[in-house]
Amino acid sequence: MVMTREEKLARINAHQERVNLIFEKIDTQGLMEKVMKLENNKILEYIKESGLKGRGGAGFPTYLKWKLAADQKSDMKYVICNADEGEPGTFKDRKILEEQADKVFTGMAICAKVIGASEGYVYLRGEYNYLVPLLTTRMNAFNEEMNQLGLNFTLKLRSGSGAYICGEETALIESMEGYRGEARNKPPFPVEKGYLGKPTVINNVETLVYCTMIVMNEGGKFKTFGTEISTGSKVFSVSGDADVEGIYELELGMTIQEFVDLFGDGDTKAVQVGGASGFCVPRKKFKETIIGFEGVPTGGSMMLFNSTRSMYHILMNYMEFMQEESCGQCTPCRVGCQQLVKGIQAIKHKKRPATYLDDLVKLAKTMRVASKCGLGQSVANPFISIVENFREEIIY
Amino acid sequence: MSENKQKLISVTIDGTPVAVPENTTILDAAKLLGVYIPTLCHHEDLCVAGNCRVCMVEVKGSRTLQASCATPVSDGMEIYTNSRLVRTARKHVIELLLSEHRGDCLRCYRNGNCELQALANEYRIDQGVFIDLHKEDQVDISSPAIQKDDSKCIRCQRCVRACTELQSVSALCVAHKGADMRITTFWDKALAYVVCTNCGQCVAHCPTGALTERNYVEDVWDAIYDPTKHVVVQTAPAIRVSIGEEVGLEPGQRVTKQLVTALRRLGFDSVLDTDFTADLTIIEEGNELLHRLTKAIRDKEDVALPMITSCSPGWIKYIEHEFSNHLDHLSTCKSPQQMFGPLAKTYYAEKIGVDPKDMVVVSIMPCTAKKFEAARPEMMASGLRDVDYVLTTRELGLMIRQAGIDFTKLEEGDYDSILGKSTGAGAIFGVTGGVMEAALRTAYELITGREIPFPNLDIKPVRGLKGVKEATLKIEGTLEKYKFLEGVELKVAIGHGLTNARKIMKQLESGESPYHFIEIMACPGGCIGGGGQPIPTTNEIRMKRSNAIYDEDEKMQYRKSHENPEIIGIYEDFLKEPLGHKSHELLHTTYVKREKN
Repeated sequence: MVMTREEKLARINAHQERVNLIFEKIDTQGLMEKVMKLENNKILEYIKESGLKGRGGAGFPTYLKWKLAADQKSDMKYVICNADEGEPGTFKDRKILEEQADKVFTGMAICAKVIGASEGYVYLRGEYNYLVPLLTTRMNAFNEEMNQLGLNFTLKLRSGSGAYICGEETALIESMEGYRGEARNKPPFPVEKGYLGKPTVINNVETLVYCTMIVMNEGGKFKTFGTEISTGSKVFSVSGDADVEGIYELELGMTIQEFVDLFGDGDTKAVQVGGASGFCVPRKKFKETIIGFEGVPTGGSMMLFNSTRSMYHILMNYMEFMQEESCGQCTPCRVGCQQLVKGIQAIKHKKRPATYLDDLVKLAKTMRVASKCGLGQSVANPFISIVENFREEIIY
Repeated sequence: MSENKQKLISVTIDGTPVAVPENTTILDAAKLLGVYIPTLCHHEDLCVAGNCRVCMVEVKGSRTLQASCATPVSDGMEIYTNSRLVRTARKHVIELLLSEHRGDCLRCYRNGNCELQALANEYRIDQGVFIDLHKEDQVDISSPAIQKDDSKCIRCQRCVRACTELQSVSALCVAHKGADMRITTFWDKALAYVVCTNCGQCVAHCPTGALTERNYVEDVWDAIYDPTKHVVVQTAPAIRVSIGEEVGLEPGQRVTKQLVTALRRLGFDSVLDTDFTADLTIIEEGNELLHRLTKAIRDKEDVALPMITSCSPGWIKYIEHEFSNHLDHLSTCKSPQQMFGPLAKTYYAEKIGVDPKDMVVVSIMPCTAKKFEAARPEMMASGLRDVDYVLTTRELGLMIRQAGIDFTKLEEGDYDSILGKSTGAGAIFGVTGGVMEAALRTAYELITGREIPFPNLDIKPVRGLKGVKEATLKIEGTLEKYKFLEGVELKVAIGHGLTNARKIMKQLESGESPYHFIEIMACPGGCIGGGGQPIPTTNEIRMKRSNAIYDEDEKMQYRKSHENPEIIGIYEDFLKEPLGHKSHELLHTTYVKREKN
């Protein structure tokens, strides 16, 4: 199925318009007036029935997160919007914040009402500091609106300093508290003991907007999209050797083949789904691989590579990134990443035999179960999926 | 209440069921079953880190392995401590640590007492799978007390936690991330140029050879071998209850008399005792306290109270950095080590007919900060360096082992005289609360002419490992000279570990300190838990060493410093009177304001 770029664009736009949840212009103030009259249980029910899972990549059921925090007894609770969009290849949260800040804030306010939080924070990636003036203005107006509505909820903005690890929710909390960005031991989870030791819900930017839209549509529309396991839609950041690049909201559940047909340049040999911590899908598995929690989950990064690309260099790039962005506190991640980088280099330069690659795969598997947080645990995703599918490119 | 406290959680560990109290970690639950799970970053003195990942176990139903030191048990948990997955991961973790660590074991100061080495040995990591990553870092030898070798660091952060939690000093911190992550100081400055108290708690908590004391063993051997030198050794109170651990004995054994013999066998010309100058400290410091109380209460003069002890050089450097506006609260008395130095090079040298220039004073201390203290410019009261070398308990242990001395077969020996005789009051200087107890025994008697009213002279309220201890002593039936103290409730406090010192000083800073006299020791437990003591030191070991010290006190002929015949003698013969001219020249000192960062 070969399409011209125009045909592809037309199809993509049609798909987008059909979904159109994230970037739809809505009256957030009117919605909040409605929300104030809603029972918290009703809101939770909408979220539960939507089947919404966290859009940051880990895919934890949003309903459950909110419910767990709502059930905690505490004088203070917090809602944090994770806007530390650091995954290589994703750039959608930035556009959402730029264009739909009010919908993000509304999602936070809805969450705050449900769990009983009186303060909310947007933790903004350091590189997105150019958004600070815009967000501050919107935030002040929003706070005023909440005040008028009688909701005891104030939003504040915090800037990160550019460490990838601070997107991990407990490292994000450490950073907010003024400490080094390092993941905490879990349990306790943030819903129990989060920011300043208080119950805290941390949701991704996109997740919060979906919450807004799910409540807005009284549970409808969102759940009509996607599959049983991966309900709804998702915003994708498409980059690489693509005919069509950019930010697109699409239904979950398409196959990689369908995706490549729409976006690819006709010569796609691999798609890296979920960025440097995600999975590499080779051409031979395009048809059988579903984009969603039943196949390859993604925080939205879709990087397409055509046959001119060296998978060795791609893998090296990811591993060097991880080696640098590991916080360095736990052994498997700090030393493991260095060993993977040095290891594939040694094999490439014939300093180690090809079979050493098997030792490295074993090590990556250990990193998956032994690392303290999601960063170290996910290094195995790109490593194993690239090494197993492109072994000859790595060795020779 | 009790039901809540006793709520039991049932779990199975490697197939064996066990019920443990809520909030027990998997590590501790396994211990109850006699299952030993290896650890590295874990230390019972410190908060849980969960970062080395050596103690991981498999929990059924969990996607990842769990750090047993950081994971509390939950009902019905099925735990496997030695499954294939656990063993593979653990071996990987150990191998990764070894690949990053400069495995120069044979040349390492901690060879034979290194937790990483022990683990490598246990898991038989014979052939390294992975690529050697260690960096040839420059060893930081800027400090006279502590040496830092990053190439041996395994990033467990025990030192950082000790420095921050136990000591509130935070000289050491974590910097950079990923492959560059390392333990360093503010702005990467050398240790000598940051706010470091030299307390050595980082050294005492380091599992490897990354942090060690500056070792002066060879210099001391050289002095001993030099026939032109008369080498004097002094032993700190806390040494005699811990040196046994360095030569294979169980913690808590008193070996004072064997220690004396061992030192003589090593070749020291005079074997003398810091306990003697501990007694002397009590006389000087006790009189200083009375002097300040007289001024404050009788003469209504403005004088700095509470008075705070000055025996612990880690504490001194801490207050000089952190609370430098309150240096007037410090007793001007030098520490027992530094009282000993000038007395040895003046009084003692003259007595034995040795030119002080040919005398070398070596002290054996439970402490790394003493190395810094001996090097302070103020410490040249004899006209020479008062104390030439300071060795830790560990360094002395090394010398004894090098000399091939079998400690268990040593005959008993007695300290040389003079500067060798001491009392139980001097002995208890080695444990938190000891200086206070010794001071009270003497001060009370000076004021009332009667013994302090505690059974067997044991002042129990000032003993024990509680962080901040307080006691009140009502003074009744004073002698005529101290009538103004009649009915006064003498309030004292004792803090050990600089985090506790900080609390006491914050109170003082706010003007709300209710005390007259405060004892502060830099290290948790006092000198028995000093940064120069045998590794490991845990609360159980601290208690054992502490009990041994009180035992030593109890067995002494004299229990009060002012009854020490040599003390009486040195005042008659040389010093004339407490706080007198000679005392000021030799036994008292001044302090300096230091930067906060």
